[in-house]
Amino acid sequence: MRFISIGLCFLLGVFAYGQECSYTLSGTISDFHNNAPLIGATVILVGPEKAILTDLHGHFKIEGVCKGTYRLQISHPACLTKVIKVSLEGNTVKNIHLEHHVDQLERVVITGNSNQDAMQTAEETYLSDKMLAKNSAASLGQLLKNVTGVNSLNTGNHISKPVIQGLSGSRVLIMNHSTRLQGQEWGSEHAPEIDINSAGSISVIKGASALQYGGDAIGGVIKINPKRIPRKDSLYGHSVLVGATNGRGVGLTSSLTKSFASGWFISAQGTLKHFGDGEAPDYMLSNTGYREKAFSTHIGYDVYTEGLSLYYSFFQNEIGILSASHLGGIEDQLRALESSQPLIIHDFSYAIDAPRQEVNHHLGKLAYFKRFKNAGKWTVQYDFQRNHRMEFDRRRNSAENNVPAVDLLLKTHSFSTDFDFNSIEDASLKIGVSALYQDNFSNPQTGVKRLIPDYKKYDFGAYAIGSYEVNKDFTGELGVRYDYSKIDAYKYYQTTFWKERGYQNNFSSWVVKDFGNQLLVHPVMQFNAFSATAGLAYKISDIGLKFNYSLANRAPNPSELFSEGLHHSAARIELGDLRFTNEVAHKFTLSIQKEKGAFQFHLNPYVQFIDNFVVLDPVGIRQTIRGSYQVWAYRQTQAELMGLNLDLAYQLTKNIGLRHQFSLVKGKDKSKKIALAYIPPVRTQTKVHYDNPEWHNFSFSVESVHVFAQNEYPDLRFEVFVPTTQTTETVDLSTPPGAYHLWNLSTGIDVLNNAHTQMRVGLKVTNLFDKSYRDYMNRQRYYADNLGRNIQLRLVFNY
Amino acid sequence: MKSIKLKKTYSKSIVQLGILFCIGTAFVACSSDNDDLPEIINQEELITTVKIELVSENGGETVVLNYLDLDGNGPNTPEITGGTLNPNATYTGTVTLLNETVSPAENISEEVKEEGVDHQFFYSSTLNVTTTYLDMDKNGHPIGLAFKLNTNDIASGSFSIVLRHEPNKKAVGVQEGNMENAGGETDIFVTFPLSVN
Repeated sequence: MRFISIGLCFLLGVFAYGQECSYTLSGTISDFHNNAPLIGATVILVGPEKAILTDLHGHFKIEGVCKGTYRLQISHPACLTKVIKVSLEGNTVKNIHLEHHVDQLERVVITGNSNQDAMQTAEETYLSDKMLAKNSAASLGQLLKNVTGVNSLNTGNHISKPVIQGLSGSRVLIMNHSTRLQGQEWGSEHAPEIDINSAGSISVIKGASALQYGGDAIGGVIKINPKRIPRKDSLYGHSVLVGATNGRGVGLTSSLTKSFASGWFISAQGTLKHFGDGEAPDYMLSNTGYREKAFSTHIGYDVYTEGLSLYYSFFQNEIGILSASHLGGIEDQLRALESSQPLIIHDFSYAIDAPRQEVNHHLGKLAYFKRFKNAGKWTVQYDFQRNHRMEFDRRRNSAENNVPAVDLLLKTHSFSTDFDFNSIEDASLKIGVSALYQDNFSNPQTGVKRLIPDYKKYDFGAYAIGSYEVNKDFTGELGVRYDYSKIDAYKYYQTTFWKERGYQNNFSSWVVKDFGNQLLVHPVMQFNAFSATAGLAYKISDIGLKFNYSLANRAPNPSELFSEGLHHSAARIELGDLRFTNEVAHKFTLSIQKEKGAFQFHLNPYVQFIDNFVVLDPVGIRQTIRGSYQVWAYRQTQAELMGLNLDLAYQLTKNIGLRHQFSLVKGKDKSKKIALAYIPPVRTQTKVHYDNPEWHNFSFSVESVHVFAQNEYPDLRFEVFVPTTQTTETVDLSTPPGAYHLWNLSTGIDVLNNAHTQMRVGLKVTNLFDKSYRDYMNRQRYYADNLGRNIQLRLVFNY
Repeated sequence: MKSIKLKKTYSKSIVQLGILFCIGTAFVACSSDNDDLPEIINQEELITTVKIELVSENGGETVVLNYLDLDGNGPNTPEITGGTLNPNATYTGTVTLLNETVSPAENISEEVKEEGVDHQFFYSSTLNVTTTYLDMDKNGHPIGLAFKLNTNDIASGSFSIVLRHEPNKKAVGVQEGNMENAGGETDIFVTFPLSVN
């Protein structure tokens, strides 16, 4: 009986379907700039979930479409994805143009909704694969300096942490192939464990509006996006070989991809880097060599309606720390500050001795998605990461130089699932939940007091973000998110410190065992957070206006909570606080941009108010057997950040263009009425570029970078009595260095360009005039100058 | 039939989701079995005590200068014991480094002697005293665990001892006890009140 009624309904459905669903939607997809047909562009009718590729003439034809209004999504590997609304009353022809931005090698796309993941009112900047190839030997922090408003906090030439609009470290979230990177990102000398060559493109989302990734990204989100693999039978590869004079180093990266029309694909990629000591204009930066080994593989199938993928990546590096920066106490620091040169200078060497860092990071991800007709897309993902970070110091017993002083093993498991409702008319809604389990093990075999304790962390998050299209030019967005975090740690405290802090008054129930001079304590803390975002995007002819408000919360990290002892690499004693609560940040961002025409601009002012903002500053001097050491303590304060990013691009002639970038950030500690430390100074960059696609894709550019002196900084100078000379000296670690001006040059040309193989040669010179300078954002600026001239020769192969 | 095809697709998804779940929970289950408490670390390279024994060569009393900081980098201030020496006298000094957080106390000066090539002590004072090295490492360069001290006129001031790790012993003045060009890392820097009376 049941089958008969189902059968009848089915027949009725077929009948009804047959009447109104025999229409055809067809058209041509071409390039906006020169009307060339775009071959192999993917045209997707959202809702019925029909996908088709354009043919050799850029034509597409979708048959059997029902009457109604749909969203049509057109994407092409070398263009930005475009979504348009289509009303079908009968057979319809739609011709669409796509912007082929990536051809202009020098252009960094100022704005873009490159993948539909980001909210439209968020500030997203997109770095294309060509940009990545140009910077193949660079680290993530160095690469991202090309984005206006993004700076970097460096520890020497190879450790670079991205600073987005004044914020870095735990306040910047990094998504690597949809997996949130879990390394010890609280450390200011811990660079992100990312091989930029594993990416197809990189996006930077400034601010906290990207709620689907986390509620604590009060600085922003950096997304390492996978390489897009076409759904057709193909085999292709990409290799880049780089040689650099500064560091006498070599970098090699290669990737090979096999794809099938059935939707299956397999891809593998690897990178090797080998660098020796860096050189400042006047001297060698001894012990600043670098080694990197990275590998990634991506296997799966993607038939648009469904897909399963397995991604695995391995990243390992060894970083030499400038010998002259590894000091004893204040007396040694005074010697270093008074010297105009590093106190240890040797001849060039590839050897990396202590002090050095060694990190290896494994990441594995299994993801599945399925699209449901007239509903949306469901994704589910499980990922696992293993991060092992070791720091080697010089030991009294030199045979022990291979025993690390810091040995941290971090294992993270995470699970997430999302549903993207994309068939609602004029609106979209995305919801999701995620769970995370993390285990940190601080190896006692080091024989050195643990920098951060053993802990287990449990996170849970749930979010909903939606957008509503009022009309073609006006969109509103809203998002909410809830996060729960629990940290369960076991820490050994020095009894004298525990008492000095008065912790026995609040936390005596946490004490597990008393060893006399040490206490074993079991802190268990929970943090709840509610985050939100609201935005508007409005378009008036060529001008786009965006406004965004975001509320984000960040729980204190293990270093802020548990620090208690000498942080040798920072040459100071650092003290955390168990009583810290969530940082709460409110950010208002405005964006005005013009993306079409010869003259384009993007103006982006913002202001951010952060309660319970964690800062680290000096509180005194402590006498130890090594001499006097500074004592720095973490505290929470009210902070205010405001800034402005400006991008200008002017196309003078068909081949010559001008680009100007300006960024300014001001940060204030409102409670103490002083400036915040390490706020990037004002920076302007101007570039003149010549591109000739007709003559072997020749390109040439000259860039002028000017960094102003940071006039707003906290005065943290202090006096210390030096017994050997019986004098009182001033230790000045806060006065920023002066302004500096650098010139960079870049050129490239295709040497081979046929259907199957392309080869391109590029030359890049940074610090062209070998200028001596020190940068405020380099934590090693007290000991040595920054890098001198660096000439890089690059060979890019596509086959 | 359309309905059967739909069922197959859904059950396939459910199976795939189930597999993912099982893998996930398996990992979590295995990892959370570690309930052992973390091991205590008693810092190996910790030096809590610097003892300088000055034996008079002129029949005077032995003076012992002592620096003691049991909580290492902790907040407690160190206990420093100074001394008074006879004027115009000669003393033989011996340096002992100890880690007194363990019992029996660890003798670190023996380790320094073994790695003598990588260590050198330097002395300085606000008083008019002279010091000379009495010991040598494998390469014939001074270490400073044993030294001679000559006092002069009556005065009151301080006496400092610095231990440098991996100094450049061949640089100008270093073998004579001048720290200026020595370089290396400071492992010890303590100051004692000292008077000559």
